[in-house]
Amino acid sequence: MRIFDPHIHMTSRTTDDYEAMYAAGVRAVVEPSFWLGQPRTSPASFRDYFDALLGWEPFRAAQYGIAHHCTIALNPKEANDPRCVPVLDELPRYLVKDNVVAVGEIGYDSMTPAEDNALATQLQLAADHGLPALVHTPHRDKLAGLRRTVDAVRESALPPERVLVDHLNETTVKEAKDSGSWLGFSVYPDTKMDEERMVAILRAYGTEQVLVNSAADWGRSDPLKTRKVGDLMLAEGFDEDDVDRVLWRNPVAFYGLSGRLNLDVTGTEATHEGNSVLRGAPKDPHEPDFGPGDGEEPARVPVAEV
Amino acid sequence: MTQPRATPAARTDSTQDTIQDRGNSDSAQAPEDAETRDAQDDTHSTHTARTPSPADLRRHLTTHLDEAARTWLEHALDEAAAHPGIHGPISPWELRLAEAGRRCGAAHADAARVLILHAARAGTDALTRVYFQGTADERRAVLHALPHLVSGPGALPLVEDALRTNDTRLLTAAVGPYAARHLAPHDWRHAVLKCLFTGVPVEHVADLPRRAHGDGELARMLGDYAAERTAAGRTVPEDLNRVLDLTESVTPAPGTDHPHGKES
Repeated sequence: MRIFDPHIHMTSRTTDDYEAMYAAGVRAVVEPSFWLGQPRTSPASFRDYFDALLGWEPFRAAQYGIAHHCTIALNPKEANDPRCVPVLDELPRYLVKDNVVAVGEIGYDSMTPAEDNALATQLQLAADHGLPALVHTPHRDKLAGLRRTVDAVRESALPPERVLVDHLNETTVKEAKDSGSWLGFSVYPDTKMDEERMVAILRAYGTEQVLVNSAADWGRSDPLKTRKVGDLMLAEGFDEDDVDRVLWRNPVAFYGLSGRLNLDVTGTEATHEGNSVLRGAPKDPHEPDFGPGDGEEPARVPVAEV
Repeated sequence: MTQPRATPAARTDSTQDTIQDRGNSDSAQAPEDAETRDAQDDTHSTHTARTPSPADLRRHLTTHLDEAARTWLEHALDEAAAHPGIHGPISPWELRLAEAGRRCGAAHADAARVLILHAARAGTDALTRVYFQGTADERRAVLHALPHLVSGPGALPLVEDALRTNDTRLLTAAVGPYAARHLAPHDWRHAVLKCLFTGVPVEHVADLPRRAHGDGELARMLGDYAAERTAAGRTVPEDLNRVLDLTESVTPAPGTDHPHGKES
Protein backbone atom coordinates (compact mmCIF):
# COMPACT_ATOMS: atom_id res chain seq x y z
CA MET A 1 0.00 0.00 0.00
CA ARG A 2 1.57 3.31 -1.06
CA ILE A 3 0.42 6.26 1.01
CA PHE A 4 0.63 10.03 0.55
CA ASP A 5 -0.38 11.85 3.73
CA PRO A 6 -1.64 15.17 2.38
CA HIS A 7 -1.75 16.91 5.75
CA ILE A 8 0.67 16.14 8.57
CA HIS A 9 2.79 18.39 10.80
CA MET A 10 6.07 16.53 10.87
CA THR A 11 8.02 19.25 12.68
CA SER A 12 5.98 18.16 15.71
CA ARG A 13 6.78 14.47 15.24
CA THR A 14 9.72 12.23 16.06
CA THR A 15 11.99 10.08 13.95
CA ASP A 16 10.15 7.07 15.40
CA ASP A 17 7.10 8.38 13.57
CA TYR A 18 8.99 8.70 10.29
CA GLU A 19 10.23 5.14 10.73
CA ALA A 20 6.77 3.78 11.49
CA MET A 21 5.22 5.78 8.64
CA TYR A 22 7.70 4.40 6.14
CA ALA A 23 7.07 0.89 7.41
CA ALA A 24 3.32 1.47 6.98
CA GLY A 25 3.78 2.53 3.37
CA VAL A 26 3.98 6.33 3.60
CA ARG A 27 6.23 7.60 0.83
CA ALA A 28 5.14 11.24 0.57
CA VAL A 29 3.77 13.91 2.88
CA VAL A 30 2.61 17.50 2.66
CA GLU A 31 3.19 19.61 5.74
CA PRO A 32 0.90 22.64 5.91
CA SER A 33 2.15 25.60 7.90
CA PHE A 34 -0.11 26.15 10.90
CA TRP A 35 -0.35 27.29 14.49
CA LEU A 36 2.37 25.93 16.76
CA GLY A 37 0.31 25.72 19.94
CA GLN A 38 2.37 28.56 21.39
CA PRO A 39 1.30 31.78 19.66
CA ARG A 40 3.90 33.61 17.60
CA THR A 41 4.49 37.29 18.17
CA SER A 42 6.27 38.45 15.00
CA PRO A 43 6.79 37.74 11.29
CA ALA A 44 10.38 36.72 12.06
CA SER A 45 9.10 33.70 13.90
CA PHE A 46 7.04 32.73 10.84
CA ARG A 47 10.08 33.11 8.61
CA ASP A 48 12.12 30.70 10.69
CA TYR A 49 9.24 28.24 10.63
CA PHE A 50 8.80 28.52 6.86
CA ASP A 51 12.55 28.11 6.42
CA ALA A 52 12.40 24.91 8.47
CA LEU A 53 9.59 23.61 6.26
CA LEU A 54 11.80 24.30 3.23
CA GLY A 55 15.07 23.14 4.74
CA TRP A 56 15.51 20.90 7.71
CA GLU A 57 12.20 19.02 7.62
CA PRO A 58 12.48 17.77 4.01
CA PHE A 59 16.01 16.69 4.87
CA ARG A 60 14.75 14.76 7.88
CA ALA A 61 11.99 13.14 5.83
CA ALA A 62 14.43 12.12 3.11
CA GLN A 63 16.44 10.20 5.70
CA TYR A 64 13.45 7.91 5.94
CA GLY A 65 12.72 7.65 2.24
CA ILE A 66 9.76 10.05 2.40
CA ALA A 67 9.22 12.95 -0.02
CA HIS A 68 8.30 16.12 1.86
CA HIS A 69 6.52 19.17 0.47
CA CYS A 70 4.84 22.02 2.30
CA THR A 71 2.13 24.62 2.06
CA ILE A 72 2.79 28.19 3.22
CA ALA A 73 0.33 30.66 4.76
CA LEU A 74 -0.68 32.78 7.68
CA ASN A 75 -2.99 30.44 9.58
CA PRO A 76 -6.52 31.57 10.54
CA LYS A 77 -5.95 31.72 14.27
CA GLU A 78 -2.90 33.99 14.06
CA ALA A 79 -4.50 36.09 11.33
CA ASN A 80 -6.28 37.72 14.28
CA ASP A 81 -3.06 38.97 15.87
CA PRO A 82 -2.00 42.31 14.36
CA ARG A 83 1.61 41.56 15.29
CA CYS A 84 1.56 38.56 12.91
CA VAL A 85 -0.46 39.94 10.00
CA PRO A 86 2.52 41.69 8.31
CA VAL A 87 3.80 38.24 7.38
CA LEU A 88 1.22 38.36 4.59
CA ASP A 89 3.52 40.81 2.80
CA GLU A 90 6.35 38.30 2.93
CA LEU A 91 4.42 35.33 1.58
CA PRO A 92 5.09 36.03 -2.12
CA ARG A 93 8.78 35.40 -1.54
CA TYR A 94 7.95 31.94 -0.19
CA LEU A 95 5.21 31.03 -2.63
CA VAL A 96 7.70 30.89 -5.51
CA LYS A 97 9.80 28.18 -3.83
CA ASP A 98 10.10 24.79 -5.46
CA ASN A 99 8.78 22.71 -2.56
CA VAL A 100 5.69 24.85 -1.92
CA VAL A 101 2.75 22.99 -3.44
CA ALA A 102 -0.17 25.08 -2.12
CA VAL A 103 -1.18 28.08 -0.08
CA GLY A 104 -2.36 26.82 3.29
CA GLU A 105 -3.65 26.28 5.86
CA ILE A 106 -5.93 29.22 5.32
CA GLY A 107 -9.60 29.49 6.27
CA TYR A 108 -11.60 30.27 9.37
CA ASP A 109 -11.09 29.77 13.07
CA SER A 110 -13.47 32.21 14.80
CA MET A 111 -14.84 33.79 11.59
CA THR A 112 -13.66 37.33 12.31
CA PRO A 113 -13.19 40.21 9.86
CA ALA A 114 -9.42 39.74 10.19
CA GLU A 115 -9.86 36.14 9.10
CA ASP A 116 -12.04 37.23 6.18
CA ASN A 117 -9.26 39.53 5.06
CA ALA A 118 -6.47 36.98 5.45
CA LEU A 119 -8.48 34.33 3.60
CA ALA A 120 -9.35 36.59 0.68
CA THR A 121 -5.80 37.90 0.44
CA GLN A 122 -4.32 34.42 0.43
CA LEU A 123 -6.81 32.96 -2.05
CA GLN A 124 -5.70 35.75 -4.37
CA LEU A 125 -2.04 34.93 -3.68
CA ALA A 126 -2.75 31.31 -4.64
CA ALA A 127 -4.31 32.43 -7.91
CA ASP A 128 -1.39 34.78 -8.58
CA HIS A 129 1.21 32.08 -8.00
CA GLY A 130 -0.43 29.23 -9.86
CA LEU A 131 -0.94 27.33 -6.63
CA PRO A 132 -3.93 25.44 -5.25
CA ALA A 133 -5.14 26.23 -1.73
CA LEU A 134 -5.58 24.08 1.35
CA VAL A 135 -8.49 25.46 3.35
CA HIS A 136 -8.99 24.51 6.98
CA THR A 137 -12.60 24.44 8.23
CA PRO A 138 -13.24 25.54 11.80
CA HIS A 139 -13.63 23.29 14.81
CA ARG A 140 -16.42 25.40 16.26
CA ASP A 141 -19.57 26.34 14.33
CA LYS A 142 -18.35 24.07 11.56
CA LEU A 143 -21.24 24.10 9.09
CA ALA A 144 -21.54 27.89 9.19
CA GLY A 145 -17.77 28.04 8.72
CA LEU A 146 -17.94 25.71 5.75
CA ARG A 147 -20.63 27.86 4.11
CA ARG A 148 -18.63 31.03 4.66
CA THR A 149 -15.54 29.25 3.25
CA VAL A 150 -17.42 28.18 0.13
CA ASP A 151 -18.64 31.76 -0.33
CA ALA A 152 -15.12 33.15 0.06
CA VAL A 153 -13.81 30.73 -2.55
CA ARG A 154 -16.65 31.62 -4.91
CA GLU A 155 -15.82 35.31 -4.57
CA SER A 156 -12.11 34.69 -5.18
CA ALA A 157 -10.06 34.36 -8.35
CA LEU A 158 -9.28 30.75 -7.47
CA PRO A 159 -11.59 28.14 -9.03
CA PRO A 160 -13.05 25.62 -6.54
CA GLU A 161 -11.39 22.72 -8.35
CA ARG A 162 -8.07 24.19 -7.15
CA VAL A 163 -9.23 24.20 -3.50
CA LEU A 164 -9.00 21.41 -0.94
CA VAL A 165 -11.49 21.92 1.87
CA ASP A 166 -10.17 20.06 4.87
CA HIS A 167 -11.35 18.62 8.18
CA LEU A 168 -14.74 17.72 6.71
CA ASN A 169 -17.24 15.43 8.41
CA GLU A 170 -20.77 14.11 7.95
CA THR A 171 -22.30 17.53 8.43
CA THR A 172 -20.15 19.37 5.91
CA VAL A 173 -19.23 16.85 3.22
CA LYS A 174 -22.27 17.34 1.01
CA GLU A 175 -22.06 21.09 0.64
CA ALA A 176 -18.31 20.93 0.18
CA LYS A 177 -18.74 18.34 -2.57
CA ASP A 178 -21.46 20.40 -4.24
CA SER A 179 -19.07 23.36 -4.35
CA GLY A 180 -16.73 21.44 -6.64
CA SER A 181 -13.78 21.51 -4.26
CA TRP A 182 -11.56 18.61 -3.29
CA LEU A 183 -12.60 16.95 -0.04
CA GLY A 184 -10.20 16.43 2.85
CA PHE A 185 -10.82 14.33 5.94
CA SER A 186 -8.61 14.28 9.03
CA VAL A 187 -8.77 11.01 10.90
CA TYR A 188 -7.99 11.41 14.59
CA PRO A 189 -7.92 9.12 17.59
CA ASP A 190 -10.77 10.99 19.34
CA THR A 191 -12.03 13.99 17.43
CA LYS A 192 -12.68 14.97 13.82
CA MET A 193 -13.18 11.65 11.97
CA ASP A 194 -12.45 8.01 12.79
CA GLU A 195 -11.77 5.12 10.41
CA GLU A 196 -15.28 3.66 10.53
CA ARG A 197 -17.00 6.96 9.82
CA MET A 198 -14.46 7.64 7.07
CA VAL A 199 -15.25 4.39 5.33
CA ALA A 200 -18.98 5.12 5.64
CA ILE A 201 -18.47 8.51 3.98
CA LEU A 202 -16.46 6.92 1.18
CA ARG A 203 -19.28 4.46 0.65
CA ALA A 204 -21.87 7.25 0.55
CA TYR A 205 -19.95 9.84 -1.49
CA GLY A 206 -17.43 7.78 -3.46
CA THR A 207 -13.66 8.16 -3.75
CA GLU A 208 -13.54 10.92 -6.32
CA GLN A 209 -11.56 13.99 -5.16
CA VAL A 210 -11.43 12.58 -1.62
CA LEU A 211 -8.21 12.86 0.40
CA VAL A 212 -7.61 11.28 3.80
CA ASN A 213 -4.99 12.63 6.17
CA SER A 214 -3.79 12.08 9.72
CA ALA A 215 -3.28 15.82 10.42
CA ALA A 216 -0.91 14.51 13.10
CA ASP A 217 0.64 17.33 15.09
CA TRP A 218 1.69 18.16 18.64
CA GLY A 219 -1.64 17.08 20.06
CA ARG A 220 -3.07 13.61 20.51
CA SER A 221 -2.97 12.24 17.00
CA ASP A 222 -1.73 9.24 15.04
CA PRO A 223 0.48 9.48 11.95
CA LEU A 224 -0.58 5.97 10.92
CA LYS A 225 -4.29 6.80 10.59
CA THR A 226 -3.97 6.90 6.81
CA ARG A 227 -2.83 3.29 6.77
CA LYS A 228 -5.60 2.31 9.19
CA VAL A 229 -8.21 3.82 6.88
CA GLY A 230 -6.69 1.91 3.95
CA ASP A 231 -6.81 -1.34 5.91
CA LEU A 232 -10.42 -0.81 6.92
CA MET A 233 -11.39 0.10 3.36
CA LEU A 234 -10.03 -3.25 2.19
CA ALA A 235 -11.76 -5.09 5.03
CA GLU A 236 -15.04 -3.38 4.15
CA GLY A 237 -15.04 -4.34 0.50
CA PHE A 238 -13.17 -1.56 -1.28
CA ASP A 239 -10.51 -2.88 -3.62
CA GLU A 240 -6.84 -1.96 -3.82
CA ASP A 241 -7.45 0.45 -6.66
CA ASP A 242 -9.94 2.38 -4.50
CA VAL A 243 -7.41 2.55 -1.68
CA ASP A 244 -4.65 3.65 -4.03
CA ARG A 245 -6.88 6.34 -5.44
CA VAL A 246 -7.76 7.81 -2.06
CA LEU A 247 -4.38 7.38 -0.39
CA TRP A 248 -2.08 8.11 -3.33
CA ARG A 249 -3.50 9.23 -6.66
CA ASN A 250 -5.90 11.85 -5.33
CA PRO A 251 -3.28 13.71 -3.25
CA VAL A 252 -0.81 13.45 -6.13
CA ALA A 253 -3.44 14.92 -8.47
CA PHE A 254 -4.41 17.73 -6.12
CA TYR A 255 -0.92 18.90 -5.15
CA GLY A 256 0.23 18.15 -8.69
CA LEU A 257 -1.90 21.15 -9.70
CA SER A 258 1.06 23.22 -8.45
CA GLY A 259 3.35 21.75 -11.10
CA ARG A 260 5.93 21.41 -8.32
CA LEU A 261 5.41 17.94 -6.91
CA ASN A 262 8.62 15.91 -7.00
CA LEU A 263 8.13 12.48 -5.45
CA ASP A 264 11.67 11.33 -6.09
CA VAL A 265 13.61 11.32 -2.83
CA THR A 266 16.77 10.01 -4.47
CA GLY A 267 17.73 13.61 -5.18
CA THR A 268 19.29 13.75 -1.75
CA GLU A 269 22.39 11.76 -2.48
CA ALA A 270 24.42 13.07 0.40
CA THR A 271 21.84 11.85 2.89
CA HIS A 272 22.35 8.34 1.67
CA GLU A 273 26.04 8.56 2.30
CA GLY A 274 25.78 10.23 5.62
CA ASN A 275 23.27 11.00 8.22
CA SER A 276 22.87 13.60 10.84
CA VAL A 277 19.49 12.70 12.24
CA LEU A 278 20.06 9.11 13.20
CA ARG A 279 22.81 9.84 15.68
CA GLY A 280 24.98 6.93 14.77
CA ALA A 281 24.53 3.51 13.32
CA PRO A 282 23.29 0.85 15.72
CA LYS A 283 26.22 -0.34 17.80
CA ASP A 284 25.50 -3.92 16.90
CA PRO A 285 25.31 -4.18 13.12
CA HIS A 286 22.69 -6.90 13.49
CA GLU A 287 20.50 -4.78 15.68
CA PRO A 288 17.54 -3.69 13.56
CA ASP A 289 17.09 0.04 13.32
CA PHE A 290 13.92 -0.19 11.28
CA GLY A 291 10.58 -1.76 11.81
CA PRO A 292 9.36 -4.27 9.26
CA GLY A 293 8.57 -2.58 5.98
CA ASP A 294 6.19 -3.65 3.27
CA GLY A 295 8.57 -2.58 0.55
CA GLU A 296 12.19 -1.86 0.07
CA GLU A 297 14.01 -0.05 2.82
CA PRO A 298 14.97 3.55 2.23
CA ALA A 299 18.34 3.74 0.58
CA ARG A 300 20.31 5.13 3.44
CA VAL A 301 23.46 4.11 5.20
CA PRO A 302 23.53 5.50 8.69
CA VAL A 303 27.15 5.96 9.57
CA ALA A 304 27.37 9.15 11.48
CA GLU A 305 26.87 10.43 14.94
CA VAL A 306 25.54 13.83 15.68
CA MET B 1 35.63 0.62 8.91
CA THR B 2 39.04 -0.07 10.40
CA GLN B 3 40.42 -0.33 13.87
CA PRO B 4 41.49 2.98 15.31
CA ARG B 5 45.09 3.74 15.97
CA ALA B 6 46.16 4.44 19.51
CA THR B 7 47.63 7.84 18.75
CA PRO B 8 48.21 9.87 15.64
CA ALA B 9 51.92 9.97 16.44
CA ALA B 10 52.07 6.23 15.92
CA ARG B 11 51.60 6.76 12.21
CA THR B 12 54.82 6.38 10.32
CA ASP B 13 54.02 5.28 6.78
CA SER B 14 54.34 7.84 4.06
CA THR B 15 51.45 9.41 2.27
CA GLN B 16 53.42 11.58 -0.09
CA ASP B 17 51.88 10.00 -3.16
CA THR B 18 48.42 10.91 -2.05
CA ILE B 19 49.45 14.41 -1.26
CA GLN B 20 51.05 14.84 -4.64
CA ASP B 21 47.99 13.45 -6.36
CA ARG B 22 45.64 15.87 -4.77
CA GLY B 23 47.77 18.65 -3.38
CA ASN B 24 48.16 20.52 -6.65
CA SER B 25 44.49 20.78 -7.23
CA ASP B 26 43.59 23.87 -9.19
CA SER B 27 40.67 24.60 -6.95
CA ALA B 28 42.48 27.54 -5.43
CA GLN B 29 42.92 29.30 -8.73
CA ALA B 30 41.26 32.56 -9.49
CA PRO B 31 37.75 32.40 -10.97
CA GLU B 32 38.87 33.77 -14.31
CA ASP B 33 41.20 30.81 -14.63
CA ALA B 34 38.33 28.46 -13.95
CA GLU B 35 36.37 30.06 -16.79
CA THR B 36 38.85 29.02 -19.44
CA ARG B 37 39.54 25.59 -18.13
CA ASP B 38 38.72 22.63 -20.28
CA ALA B 39 35.57 20.85 -19.22
CA GLN B 40 36.55 17.34 -20.12
CA ASP B 41 36.97 15.58 -16.84
CA ASP B 42 34.53 16.20 -14.06
CA THR B 43 31.38 18.07 -14.84
CA HIS B 44 29.53 14.88 -14.02
CA SER B 45 30.95 14.40 -10.58
CA THR B 46 30.99 16.25 -7.33
CA HIS B 47 33.54 13.85 -5.93
CA THR B 48 36.68 15.58 -7.06
CA ALA B 49 38.60 18.43 -5.58
CA ARG B 50 38.18 20.35 -8.84
CA THR B 51 35.14 22.59 -9.18
CA PRO B 52 33.44 22.88 -12.58
CA SER B 53 33.58 26.37 -13.99
CA PRO B 54 30.40 28.17 -15.08
CA ALA B 55 31.41 27.43 -18.65
CA ASP B 56 31.61 23.73 -17.78
CA LEU B 57 28.19 23.87 -16.17
CA ARG B 58 26.68 25.67 -19.14
CA ARG B 59 27.99 23.06 -21.56
CA HIS B 60 26.80 20.25 -19.34
CA LEU B 61 23.28 21.66 -19.04
CA THR B 62 23.07 22.47 -22.75
CA THR B 63 23.73 18.80 -23.40
CA HIS B 64 21.49 17.33 -20.72
CA LEU B 65 18.42 19.57 -20.36
CA ASP B 66 15.38 18.91 -22.45
CA GLU B 67 14.18 21.50 -24.94
CA ALA B 68 11.76 23.32 -22.65
CA ALA B 69 14.19 23.50 -19.75
CA ARG B 70 17.04 24.63 -22.01
CA THR B 71 14.91 27.41 -23.43
CA TRP B 72 13.84 28.46 -19.96
CA LEU B 73 17.42 28.53 -18.72
CA GLU B 74 18.70 30.52 -21.68
CA HIS B 75 16.00 33.10 -21.10
CA ALA B 76 16.73 33.18 -17.37
CA LEU B 77 20.45 33.71 -17.96
CA ASP B 78 19.89 36.45 -20.54
CA GLU B 79 17.46 38.16 -18.20
CA ALA B 80 19.87 37.93 -15.25
CA ALA B 81 22.72 39.29 -17.36
CA ALA B 82 20.58 42.17 -18.63
CA HIS B 83 18.99 43.04 -15.28
CA PRO B 84 21.29 42.19 -12.38
CA GLY B 85 20.93 43.90 -9.05
CA ILE B 86 17.81 44.71 -7.05
CA HIS B 87 14.49 45.43 -8.77
CA GLY B 88 11.42 45.66 -6.54
CA PRO B 89 10.73 43.29 -3.65
CA ILE B 90 12.00 40.28 -5.61
CA SER B 91 14.27 40.79 -8.60
CA PRO B 92 13.40 38.69 -11.66
CA TRP B 93 16.69 36.80 -11.47
CA GLU B 94 15.88 35.89 -7.85
CA LEU B 95 12.54 34.47 -8.96
CA ARG B 96 14.33 32.42 -11.61
CA LEU B 97 16.72 31.24 -8.91
CA ALA B 98 13.80 30.05 -6.79
CA GLU B 99 12.02 28.18 -9.57
CA ALA B 100 15.11 26.63 -11.18
CA GLY B 101 14.47 23.28 -9.49
CA ARG B 102 11.06 22.69 -11.00
CA ARG B 103 12.11 24.14 -14.37
CA CYS B 104 15.31 22.17 -14.81
CA GLY B 105 14.73 19.14 -12.56
CA ALA B 106 16.33 18.34 -9.23
CA ALA B 107 19.40 16.77 -10.84
CA HIS B 108 20.29 19.97 -12.69
CA ALA B 109 19.03 22.55 -10.20
CA ASP B 110 22.38 23.25 -8.54
CA ALA B 111 24.10 23.91 -11.85
CA ALA B 112 21.27 26.06 -13.17
CA ARG B 113 21.23 28.15 -10.01
CA VAL B 114 25.00 28.67 -10.02
CA LEU B 115 24.73 29.87 -13.60
CA ILE B 116 21.93 32.30 -12.77
CA LEU B 117 23.94 33.72 -9.87
CA HIS B 118 26.93 34.02 -12.16
CA ALA B 119 24.92 35.67 -14.93
CA ALA B 120 23.50 38.17 -12.42
CA ARG B 121 27.06 38.88 -11.25
CA ALA B 122 25.83 38.46 -7.68
CA GLY B 123 28.29 39.89 -5.18
CA THR B 124 28.62 39.24 -1.49
CA ASP B 125 25.58 41.31 -0.54
CA ALA B 126 23.28 39.72 -3.11
CA LEU B 127 24.55 36.24 -2.33
CA THR B 128 24.02 36.83 1.37
CA ARG B 129 20.46 38.00 0.76
CA VAL B 130 19.45 35.11 -1.47
CA TYR B 131 21.17 32.63 0.83
CA PHE B 132 19.23 33.73 3.88
CA GLN B 133 15.99 34.03 1.90
CA GLY B 134 16.55 30.69 0.20
CA THR B 135 15.46 27.12 0.68
CA ALA B 136 18.09 24.54 1.56
CA ASP B 137 18.49 23.87 -2.18
CA GLU B 138 19.02 27.54 -2.98
CA ARG B 139 21.47 27.89 -0.11
CA ARG B 140 23.43 24.97 -1.43
CA ALA B 141 23.65 26.59 -4.85
CA VAL B 142 24.89 29.84 -3.32
CA LEU B 143 27.64 27.91 -1.53
CA HIS B 144 28.63 26.26 -4.80
CA ALA B 145 28.73 29.66 -6.49
CA LEU B 146 31.03 31.34 -3.93
CA PRO B 147 34.37 30.39 -5.50
CA HIS B 148 33.20 31.80 -8.83
CA LEU B 149 31.83 35.07 -7.51
CA VAL B 150 33.58 36.17 -4.34
CA SER B 151 37.32 36.70 -4.25
CA GLY B 152 37.79 37.73 -0.61
CA PRO B 153 36.60 36.29 2.70
CA GLY B 154 33.43 38.45 2.81
CA ALA B 155 31.06 35.54 2.25
CA LEU B 156 32.50 33.40 5.04
CA PRO B 157 29.42 33.98 7.25
CA LEU B 158 27.41 31.93 4.74
CA VAL B 159 29.88 29.05 4.97
CA GLU B 160 29.86 29.31 8.74
CA ASP B 161 26.05 29.27 8.77
CA ALA B 162 25.97 26.14 6.63
CA LEU B 163 28.57 24.47 8.82
CA ARG B 164 26.34 25.03 11.86
CA THR B 165 23.57 22.99 10.28
CA ASN B 166 23.30 19.22 10.36
CA ASP B 167 22.04 19.03 6.78
CA THR B 168 24.68 16.97 5.01
CA ARG B 169 23.78 18.49 1.64
CA LEU B 170 24.64 21.95 2.98
CA LEU B 171 27.72 20.69 4.77
CA THR B 172 28.97 19.09 1.56
CA ALA B 173 28.55 22.34 -0.34
CA ALA B 174 30.11 24.37 2.48
CA VAL B 175 33.47 22.57 2.42
CA GLY B 176 34.19 23.47 -1.20
CA PRO B 177 37.03 25.57 -2.64
CA TYR B 178 35.82 28.81 -1.06
CA ALA B 179 36.14 27.32 2.42
CA ALA B 180 39.52 25.85 1.48
CA ARG B 181 40.73 29.32 0.54
CA HIS B 182 39.33 31.36 3.36
CA LEU B 183 38.21 29.37 6.39
CA ALA B 184 40.40 30.03 9.44
CA PRO B 185 42.32 27.02 10.79
CA HIS B 186 40.12 26.40 13.82
CA ASP B 187 36.88 26.58 11.83
CA TRP B 188 38.34 24.50 9.03
CA ARG B 189 39.39 21.73 11.43
CA HIS B 190 35.92 21.67 12.93
CA ALA B 191 34.45 21.47 9.44
CA VAL B 192 36.56 18.39 8.72
CA LEU B 193 35.56 16.85 12.03
CA LYS B 194 31.92 17.61 11.34
CA CYS B 195 32.17 15.80 8.02
CA LEU B 196 33.43 12.76 9.90
CA PHE B 197 30.65 13.09 12.49
CA THR B 198 27.87 13.42 9.94
CA GLY B 199 29.20 11.02 7.34
CA VAL B 200 29.97 13.55 4.62
CA PRO B 201 32.77 11.85 2.66
CA VAL B 202 35.98 13.85 3.10
CA GLU B 203 36.60 13.65 -0.64
CA HIS B 204 34.17 16.58 -0.75
CA VAL B 205 36.54 18.71 1.35
CA ALA B 206 38.31 20.86 -1.22
CA ASP B 207 42.07 21.08 -1.05
CA LEU B 208 42.11 18.69 1.90
CA PRO B 209 45.68 17.40 1.37
CA ARG B 210 47.19 20.88 1.27
CA ARG B 211 45.34 22.16 4.30
CA ALA B 212 45.69 18.99 6.35
CA HIS B 213 49.39 18.60 5.65
CA GLY B 214 51.41 19.11 8.79
CA ASP B 215 48.36 20.12 10.84
CA GLY B 216 49.24 18.73 14.24
CA GLU B 217 46.15 20.16 15.91
CA LEU B 218 43.90 18.44 13.39
CA ALA B 219 45.80 15.21 14.00
CA ARG B 220 45.27 15.65 17.73
CA MET B 221 41.53 16.19 17.24
CA LEU B 222 41.26 13.16 14.99
CA GLY B 223 43.18 11.03 17.45
CA ASP B 224 40.91 12.08 20.28
CA TYR B 225 37.82 11.39 18.22
CA ALA B 226 39.14 7.95 17.34
CA ALA B 227 39.87 7.28 21.00
CA GLU B 228 36.37 8.38 21.97
CA ARG B 229 34.84 6.07 19.38
CA THR B 230 37.02 3.21 20.52
CA ALA B 231 36.17 3.76 24.17
CA ALA B 232 32.49 3.52 23.24
CA GLY B 233 33.08 0.25 21.42
CA ARG B 234 32.32 1.83 18.07
CA THR B 235 34.19 1.65 14.82
CA VAL B 236 36.26 4.52 13.50
CA PRO B 237 35.28 5.98 10.12
CA GLU B 238 37.67 5.02 7.34
CA ASP B 239 37.84 8.66 6.37
CA LEU B 240 39.33 9.53 9.75
CA ASN B 241 42.44 7.52 9.06
CA ARG B 242 42.61 8.93 5.57
CA VAL B 243 42.71 12.48 6.92
CA LEU B 244 45.10 11.41 9.64
CA ASP B 245 47.46 10.18 6.95
CA LEU B 246 47.30 13.59 5.32
CA THR B 247 48.36 15.34 8.53
CA GLU B 248 51.50 13.22 8.54
CA SER B 249 54.90 14.55 9.53
CA VAL B 250 53.95 16.55 12.55
CA THR B 251 53.75 15.27 16.10
CA PRO B 252 50.66 16.60 17.81
CA ALA B 253 51.15 19.01 20.61
CA PRO B 254 51.03 17.06 23.87
CA GLY B 255 48.59 17.77 26.64
CA THR B 256 46.36 20.14 24.76
CA ASP B 257 43.28 20.91 26.79
CA HIS B 258 40.09 20.50 24.83
CA PRO B 259 36.39 20.03 25.35
CA HIS B 260 34.35 17.19 23.97
CA GLY B 261 31.21 18.79 22.64
CA LYS B 262 28.28 16.83 21.35
CA GLU B 263 27.00 18.01 18.02
CA SER B 264 23.39 18.95 17.94
